[in-house]
Amino acid sequence: MLTTVTVGLGSCGIAAGARKTYEKIEALKSAEQLQFELRKTSCIGMCYREPLVEIRDDTGTYLYGEVDADRAVEVIEKHINQHSPVRDYIVYSDLFEAPENGFIQDQVKIVLRNCGYIDPESLEEYEGRNGYAAIRKIASEQISREKVIDTVLRSGLRGRGGGGFSTGMKWKFAFGNQSEEKFVICNADEGDPGAFMDRSVLEGDPHSVLEGMIIAAYAIGATHGVIYCRAEYPLAIKRLNIAIRQAFEKGYLGKNIFGITGFNLDIYIKEGAGAFVCGEETALIASVEGERGMPRKRPPFPAVSGLWKRPTNINNVETFANIPWIILNGAEAFARYGTEKSKGTKVFALAGKVRHSGLVEVPMGMTIRDVIFKLGGGIKNDKKFKAVQMGGPSGGCIPAFLSDTIVDYDSVNATGAIMGSGGMVVMDETTCMVDMARFFLDFTRKESCGKCTFCRMGTKRMLEILERITRGEGVSGDIEKLEELAYQIKDNSLCGLGQTAPNPVLTTIRYFRDEYEAHIHHKKCPARVCRPLLTYQVNQEKCTGCMVCLKNCPVQAITGERKQPHLIHQELCTRCGVCFSKCKFDAITIS
Amino acid sequence: MRIARIDLRKTLPPIDSPDLVQLDSLINRYKGKKGSLIPLLQGIQELYGYIPKEAFEKVSGETGIPVSKMFGIATFYAQFRLQPVGKHIIKVCHGTACHVQNAVEISESLEEALKVRDGETTEDRLFTLESVACLGCCSLAPVMMIGDRTYGKLTGTEAIKIIKNIRLGESN
Repeated sequence: MLTTVTVGLGSCGIAAGARKTYEKIEALKSAEQLQFELRKTSCIGMCYREPLVEIRDDTGTYLYGEVDADRAVEVIEKHINQHSPVRDYIVYSDLFEAPENGFIQDQVKIVLRNCGYIDPESLEEYEGRNGYAAIRKIASEQISREKVIDTVLRSGLRGRGGGGFSTGMKWKFAFGNQSEEKFVICNADEGDPGAFMDRSVLEGDPHSVLEGMIIAAYAIGATHGVIYCRAEYPLAIKRLNIAIRQAFEKGYLGKNIFGITGFNLDIYIKEGAGAFVCGEETALIASVEGERGMPRKRPPFPAVSGLWKRPTNINNVETFANIPWIILNGAEAFARYGTEKSKGTKVFALAGKVRHSGLVEVPMGMTIRDVIFKLGGGIKNDKKFKAVQMGGPSGGCIPAFLSDTIVDYDSVNATGAIMGSGGMVVMDETTCMVDMARFFLDFTRKESCGKCTFCRMGTKRMLEILERITRGEGVSGDIEKLEELAYQIKDNSLCGLGQTAPNPVLTTIRYFRDEYEAHIHHKKCPARVCRPLLTYQVNQEKCTGCMVCLKNCPVQAITGERKQPHLIHQELCTRCGVCFSKCKFDAITIS
Repeated sequence: MRIARIDLRKTLPPIDSPDLVQLDSLINRYKGKKGSLIPLLQGIQELYGYIPKEAFEKVSGETGIPVSKMFGIATFYAQFRLQPVGKHIIKVCHGTACHVQNAVEISESLEEALKVRDGETTEDRLFTLESVACLGCCSLAPVMMIGDRTYGKLTGTEAIKIIKNIRLGESN
């Protein structure tokens, strides 16, 4: 076989310099007339080892990590020219034990079945891996629309955007409403900070999302498709546009597609303009219609009256990507994975203080501990695991002592967090939970559309209290006040944003009340994050008197002679932390 | 509600009034099409880097959409800017992963080095500093994006160095 060299060109890879790596290999190939096929793919999931280059030859598969342009030269020279793989840089191989073999082997890839394998801009490569086989199967076996819906229903697939509503049920409702025009919408407005699953799927395997939408459109009888994608994902939009164009050219979109008479479908992209609330169905619809993205009362549900008042079905990117697999392999094959009420797999974006940050797909039911320690490789710099944030601004912090919680919708809900779209931000002992709560409230306060008073004003009031606490001005009764406001906001908001906005505060109060109390009563931040509560001092024994901190202090709060220990004058110190970051001798202590 | 953020921005002296002729093809493309106000505003911003007051007025005059409605949309969505921006827009990510890995330090260092606050433009109109919710490159946190280039695993000092290099490139 012809050796292939594949470079991972997802957003993360490109940010890490993969484009330079690709260009270097391309230049080498043409300059030395090397015999191999140079390919592009998207996110392989191992973001922490980017840029990644995979070499596949007669002997097997070798994945090289951290391949910058220089390393690329060495790898190509040794592996391709001298046929001797460079073991030191190999992170995964199917031939021998490599450092990251576990990361790949512990995953079950349904959604990410093609990500990192195919060139996302090539329809042929998607079709080479069973692409568009599911819709062809429906067409050739003349599977009825009811049967397709039934298969999805039996698979147990639940909405992967965070709501967790049964996908099959949703389709059934939209199917049941008669109309000449119906819409199928793909929600790709991944606004949750700390989550990048949908981006990776769209960048890595856009056709799988299109095929999922085509199947949904067939099932419910939709005539138009819309992908609502956030404008912050330019690469995803570019690749989606290419995929849509290819599908039209091949006749996979258009009139009487896949030989099914009367099955007409077009799909176009609507770029979001940056509003977290547009992840909510009715707000998303308002935004597609060109209005301010404000949610409205349900019922009527979108399945009855959605986009342009027509029956509309909205699913998330990951949900759609599951569909072709379910149709091809059957509901039972899908339901084999997961727990009683949460079937299949879930993609998680691991980030924060975890060693292996990246994209993982695991069967539902795996424990949080396994996700973070087995796949995630544990905590960076051997620090202590404190909590994991799930569900973003709508979710909560699950503390370390609950790390045996399994990941499925109901178990995660029981902790006070939510499964959400799949962001997992890991926190260690240096993360302050009060600051975390403040961070999320700041986010939801800005993103509240302003329609409901409790969400608009309540989040602001909560934020003010949290800011006060982190400044060291907390007073007794603040915690109770926060809780009272939280429940009122939850009860009196129309949409999911307001109903869940207090979750980060409630979960941190529930599990880390002592930290709130330390801030309020003792004016201390145990994690040493909230600056107004810190005291910077010079360790007289370690200080060499180099004068670096003294020169860099923006408020001249440090005095001292050369080669004599310095002193920080507390009444002048603004606690900016510059001295701490500049000191080369660890002589500045924080307490 | 983001209104506060828009009002707080320091305004630089006005630049020459924008060339509105460029708007014609945009207006023709979207005129009368339902649901096209957001793409239209996105198009205007692509042309000028922001939405000039004159553009609101011209579009309103030719399409009949009230300025108030357009302004309502433009202030609702984070993407739209109502002030001219610098040549390079620095987007500092403040997503969760970046936040726990000290994105604040990046913003503060840049604010100090550029002598602007979040959302403002430097006097030489070279840089606009913005903080954004999430760029989706969480594994490289903390991250910033300038143009279409993403810089990861930053420290405050490195961020300043990157800015200095861009400035150096501009002056050559």
